[in-house]
Amino acid sequence: MSPDRPLLQLEGISKQFGPVRALDRVDFAVSAGEVVGLVGDNGAGKSTLVKAIAGINSPDSGTIRWEGEEVSIGKPQDATNLGIATVYQDLALADNLDVVANLFLGREEVSPGVGTVSRRLDEVRMENEAGELLSNLAVTIPSLRSEVGMLSGGQRQQVAVARSLLGEPKVVMLDEPTAALGVPQTKQVLALIKRLRERELGVVVISHNLADVFAITDRIFVLRLGRAAGEFRADEANEDQVVAAITGLGNGKGTKAAAAELREGATTEAPGGADKPVEGGLE
Amino acid sequence: MTDTVEVVDGTETADQAKFSPRQQLRRVIQGDLSSLRVVFGLIVIAIIFQVQEPRFLSAENLTNLMLQITTIGLISVGIVYVLLLGEIDLSVGAVSGLCGAVMVVLNVKHGWNAYLAIAAAIAVGAAIGATQGSLFSRFVVPSFVVTLAGLLTWEGALLQVLGKTGSLNVTDPKITGLANIFYSTTVGWILAIIVIVAYGLVLAIGFRKRVTAGLADRNPFPLIFKFAVISAIVIAAVAILNSDRGVPLALLILLGFVVGMEYIVKGTTFGRHVFAVGGNAEAARRAGIRVNGVRIAVFTISGSMAAIGGIMAASRLFAVNQNSGGNELLLLAIAGPVIAGTSLFGGRGSVWTALLGALVIGSISNGMDLLGLSSPVKLMVTGGVLLLAVLVDAIVRLQRKETRAA
Repeated sequence: MSPDRPLLQLEGISKQFGPVRALDRVDFAVSAGEVVGLVGDNGAGKSTLVKAIAGINSPDSGTIRWEGEEVSIGKPQDATNLGIATVYQDLALADNLDVVANLFLGREEVSPGVGTVSRRLDEVRMENEAGELLSNLAVTIPSLRSEVGMLSGGQRQQVAVARSLLGEPKVVMLDEPTAALGVPQTKQVLALIKRLRERELGVVVISHNLADVFAITDRIFVLRLGRAAGEFRADEANEDQVVAAITGLGNGKGTKAAAAELREGATTEAPGGADKPVEGGLE
Repeated sequence: MTDTVEVVDGTETADQAKFSPRQQLRRVIQGDLSSLRVVFGLIVIAIIFQVQEPRFLSAENLTNLMLQITTIGLISVGIVYVLLLGEIDLSVGAVSGLCGAVMVVLNVKHGWNAYLAIAAAIAVGAAIGATQGSLFSRFVVPSFVVTLAGLLTWEGALLQVLGKTGSLNVTDPKITGLANIFYSTTVGWILAIIVIVAYGLVLAIGFRKRVTAGLADRNPFPLIFKFAVISAIVIAAVAILNSDRGVPLALLILLGFVVGMEYIVKGTTFGRHVFAVGGNAEAARRAGIRVNGVRIAVFTISGSMAAIGGIMAASRLFAVNQNSGGNELLLLAIAGPVIAGTSLFGGRGSVWTALLGALVIGSISNGMDLLGLSSPVKLMVTGGVLLLAVLVDAIVRLQRKETRAA
C-alpha cells in the first residue's frame, strides 16, 4: 500500500528502553503530498516513532531512507537538515513574543553588517515574509504583531505549524494537532493540514481523534505495543476496523503482514501494563 | 481603528491589526502603556512634593536628582536584563561596592592610570557576573541562591580590598570628573540638537523603510507626536540643567547606557533571544538558541553594569568605604524597573524602565529628604511603593492569563 517512491521510509525500526520494547521492527513510510495518520493507544509507540524520525531518540536498529538514500538521524539538527519538521503538542511558542518573533525564533533575519551588535533585526523583512507565509496558508490571526499568548488555541497551533514551514521542510510531523481545540478551531487546523498536502508536503499526524484522522488523512497507520498493527486507506476503511487494530480485539482488515506480526506479538510479548511507563518517560 | 492601535504602540503595531476596542483597552491596561502609567505617577509625586516644598522642582534640586539616580539607574539597566530572563541578581549591590573599591584601590594605592583602573573594575564585575551566570545555568541552582551567596562573598571581598583603613578617598580628576563634570550652556544646547536630530532621523528612516516595504500605508502622526514629546522633554531638560550647573556628564553616561542597552535588547538577535528565554526557555532551546549562553551573557551584563554603577558612586562621593554598595541600594535597583513595568516573571519589559524607575525612586527619596522625614518613614514609604508596584505587576499578569483563558 505504501507509495512507490516515498520521501521518508523506515524499515525494521526497533527501540528498546530498558526491558521495554517501545518499537519492534516497524516499517513506515510517507510520500510527498500524502497525509498519514499515526494512531494507537497510549504507549503504543507513536511518540517513540516520531522521536526516532525527529532525531530525539535514535532507534537501536533498522534503516531510515530519505528520498531513497540511507541516512542516519542522530540529533534533531540532522532531521531539520534533511527537511523534517516536527510540531509538538506543547507547541513551544514564547507567549510573550509576537507572531513574527515566534515564527522567526532562532532564525531571525538581520540586516547586513559586522558583529552581532551592529546587525539589527530586520523586522520589516521578517514581517513581510511572515505575512506572505500566513496568507499563503490562509491562517487568520488578528495581527502579525499580536502576542502569541493572546491568541486562541487554534491560532497558536496554526502559528506553530506555520513556523515549522519556514525551514522549507518536505515532511511535517504534527503531534496531536487538534487536542484541546474547539470545533471551529479544529476545522481551521484540519484545513491547514489539507493545505500542507496541496503544497506537496508529506504530513504525519498523530492523533487520538479518529474522526479527525478520517477527515484529513489518506492513509492510517496503527501501532500497538510497539508493532505495526494495521494499515488502512482512509477512504476504504471504517472506524470500527481501525479501533479493532488499535485495541487488538478482532483482526481488522490491515495488511496481512501486520496482522501476522500482531498475532506473533500476542504470543511472545507480555501484553499491557509494562508499556505505559515507556510513554510517560518519553513525553 | 488603526489610530487607536498606533497610539497604543506607535513603533510596532502593523496596520493589519483587527483588535476590537475592548481588546485595545485591555492592551493598554495590560502593560503596553505601563510606561505612561509611570510617567503619570511621576507627575503625581512631583505635585505632592512641590506643594509641600517649593524647592523640589528647582533647577538645583532637579540637577541633584539626576546625580542621585545615576548609580541606581546604571545598576538597574543590568537588572532589567536579568528580570527579562525571569531571574534575579541579588549580588549587584555588593558587586558595585567591590568594583568601586577595586578601581579606587588600584588608582590610589597602586598608582594605576585612572582609565586602566576603571577598565579593571568593569572586568572584575563582568567576571563575577559570568561566574555566577555559569554556576546558575550549569548546575541549575536558582539564581536567587547563587547571587545571595555572591552578595555575602563580595561584601566580604569589599572589606578585604579596603583593608584596615575601611575607607579610601579618591582625588584623580579623571575619576571624580565622571560624576562632577558639568557642560557649558552652549555644549548643552549642541547636545540637545544632536539628540533631537538623531532621534528624528531614526524615526523617519524606520518609517520610510516600512512604507517602502509596503507594510503599511501608515499614519505618520503618532510618530510625529512621539517626536514632538521627546524633543520637548529634551529641550526642557537642557534648559533646566543649564540654568543650574549645566548638563552633567553622569546623566549622559546613564542615558547612553539606557539607549545602547535598549537597542541591544530590542534590536538585535541577542536581545530577542533574551526575551525568548525569559518567556519560554524550552521553546528557545528547541528553536536552537543556546539558552545557557544567553543566561551567562545576561549575568555578565548585570555584573558589568553593577561595576559601572559602583564606579559612578565612588566618583560622586570622592571615596569608597565599607558601606559602598550596601544599605538599600540593591533592593532599590531591583524595585525601580519593577515599579516602571518590567515584569518580575520574565519576558516583559524594557531598559527604559531602569531610567523611569530610578526617577520614581529617586524623586521619592529626594523629596522626603527635602521634607526632612526620618529614615524609618522613608524606608516604609519606599517599601510601600515597591509593594504596590509588584502587586500591579502580578494583577496585570493574572488578567493576561484570564484573557487567554477566555
